[in-house]
Amino acid sequence: MSVHEKCYYTESHEWVLPQEDGTVLVGLSDYAQNELGDLVFVNLPEVGDEITAHESFADVESVKAVSDVYAPVSGKVTAINEELLDSPEKINEDAYGAWFVRVECEFDPSELMDSKAYQAYLETL
Amino acid sequence: MCQNRQGGIIMRLIFEYEKQKQSVYLPECDVESIELSQKRERPLHLPSLGEITITRHYTELAKQTHGVNDGFYPLGSCTMKYNPKINESIASDRHFTDIHPLQDESSVQGCLKVFKEAEKMLCEICGMDAFTFQPAAGAHGEFCGLLLIKKYHEMRQDHKRTKIIVPDSAHGTNPASAAMAGFQVVSIPSGEDGCVDLDALRAAVGEDTAGIMLTNPNTVGLFDKHILDITQIVHDAGGLCYYDGANLNAVMGIARPGDMGFDVIHLNLHKTFSTPHGGGGPGSGPCGCKAFLKDYLPGKMAEENESGLEFVQPANSVGQIKAFYGNFLVVVKALAYLYSLGSEGIRSSAQNAVLNANYLMHQLKDHYHVAYDTTCMHEFVISLDKEKHEQNISAMDIAKSLLDHGIHPPTMYFPLIVHEALMIEPTETEAKETLDHAAEVFKKIKEKAVSNPQAVHEAPYMTPVRRLDEVKAARELHLRYVFDDEK
Repeated sequence: MSVHEKCYYTESHEWVLPQEDGTVLVGLSDYAQNELGDLVFVNLPEVGDEITAHESFADVESVKAVSDVYAPVSGKVTAINEELLDSPEKINEDAYGAWFVRVECEFDPSELMDSKAYQAYLETL
Repeated sequence: MCQNRQGGIIMRLIFEYEKQKQSVYLPECDVESIELSQKRERPLHLPSLGEITITRHYTELAKQTHGVNDGFYPLGSCTMKYNPKINESIASDRHFTDIHPLQDESSVQGCLKVFKEAEKMLCEICGMDAFTFQPAAGAHGEFCGLLLIKKYHEMRQDHKRTKIIVPDSAHGTNPASAAMAGFQVVSIPSGEDGCVDLDALRAAVGEDTAGIMLTNPNTVGLFDKHILDITQIVHDAGGLCYYDGANLNAVMGIARPGDMGFDVIHLNLHKTFSTPHGGGGPGSGPCGCKAFLKDYLPGKMAEENESGLEFVQPANSVGQIKAFYGNFLVVVKALAYLYSLGSEGIRSSAQNAVLNANYLMHQLKDHYHVAYDTTCMHEFVISLDKEKHEQNISAMDIAKSLLDHGIHPPTMYFPLIVHEALMIEPTETEAKETLDHAAEVFKKIKEKAVSNPQAVHEAPYMTPVRRLDEVKAARELHLRYVFDDEK
């Protein structure tokens, strides 16, 4: 299972990748996609929606189950990755390329795990 | 079309036969016929077959199914117990079948009595004060119960109670029903022991708590010892407690949800009370409540008056949630079961359900990892998580292999808190010989999986169709047959 060096992570396996324009991209980690198995549906919020840290903002469905995806940050959704709606398998193929939403927020990296801490966390699971 | 194990065609759809001369038994039409064909844009696609072809077609289909009449069916949480034939015999009595929902109440007093008697017995078993039989299935019963909770808070002018608490081990229908009833769902993590984490619950309740939804025994087959604390915490916060009756089979006649502190409940007559599931159904998900909620029940309730029984709509009813009185004949079957067993029989059914589950668990525990290694209730969960990571043997591989041995797979990948889960519920109606045979099959499959993982990856071998591509089936939905003139 790969861990992307520049991402920050939650214990529920979402990643955050800060962008140059001050927004962040949010997605689901490689570990998460592997645990979930082949994804068949994704529900995303709408552009303009406010999301709240620790609350569900999207869900993903595999042949096993539907799982909530929890917001790692609080802020406003400025874009969604519409490609995922038709091709949820992109998340399985490239977990760190398949971003879910772009969020405008005050991002504080100290609230999440960096890649090293996340790698260590995965080893405890 | 269906392909058999050699890749040849073995079955056609009913639409794929060439037209034959029909066997006709219809009486002469005695009403004026009306020509509709000019309004129809395409001809109707009705199969036209002789009786023998139809009989063979459906007999062949029937041979390819697996029901509780065919073999062991340990589908966890579904309580696939045997459906006694006496239920069917009683429910097919013409006094129950040849009636109409609009006929005068005075002419169907016996049927009203069925509702009243069934209600009394279920109230006694569950520790409730009233039951409606309107809901047509379990999730429908949940929805009904949640409407009662909603109404209760509305009637008290307490409009801030918008949240329903659901443990992360819950049945998927619980959060779905809560959302459907307009609530926000708050999921709380289970403790190490698979039971409700009391601290997490205390942290979750508040002025916005409408209620909690719970099964007990829970979805990992354990009786939550803190149940009285749980219902107390929710009640102290001003919420109500909802009991999902999915697992009542473990405790009926022994412990009553009403005594545990629950206010609302749904039952699945098609699980616990031996009426058929699915295609042989329909189902029935009666919803019960304590007296203070009785006034909000949907539909019409059979109530006693001076001359007998009458249907009465409760004063502040949430309305109709199904036409008329629910699936009446299912209630007849459940009542037949209740009368057949009596109070002693109901209790011993629960005891034997628990005994059978523990017996099978002990047979398997040296061969499979039991998720919670303690005395279980009516079901238990094994996990293939270690095998999945170390040997690439999954719960799916075991489940698919069972098909080759004439055993219906257990519930898979549920509850979500156990990875690679297989949830096994043998029910009380299985003989020791059946359990011993199933245990042998489970062991044999595990040995084969370890010595030759590829062999189980490719299972099943003996079924009409081999391993299906579930991902493709979910991503590329083909929901109905496409006729030539629609292509």
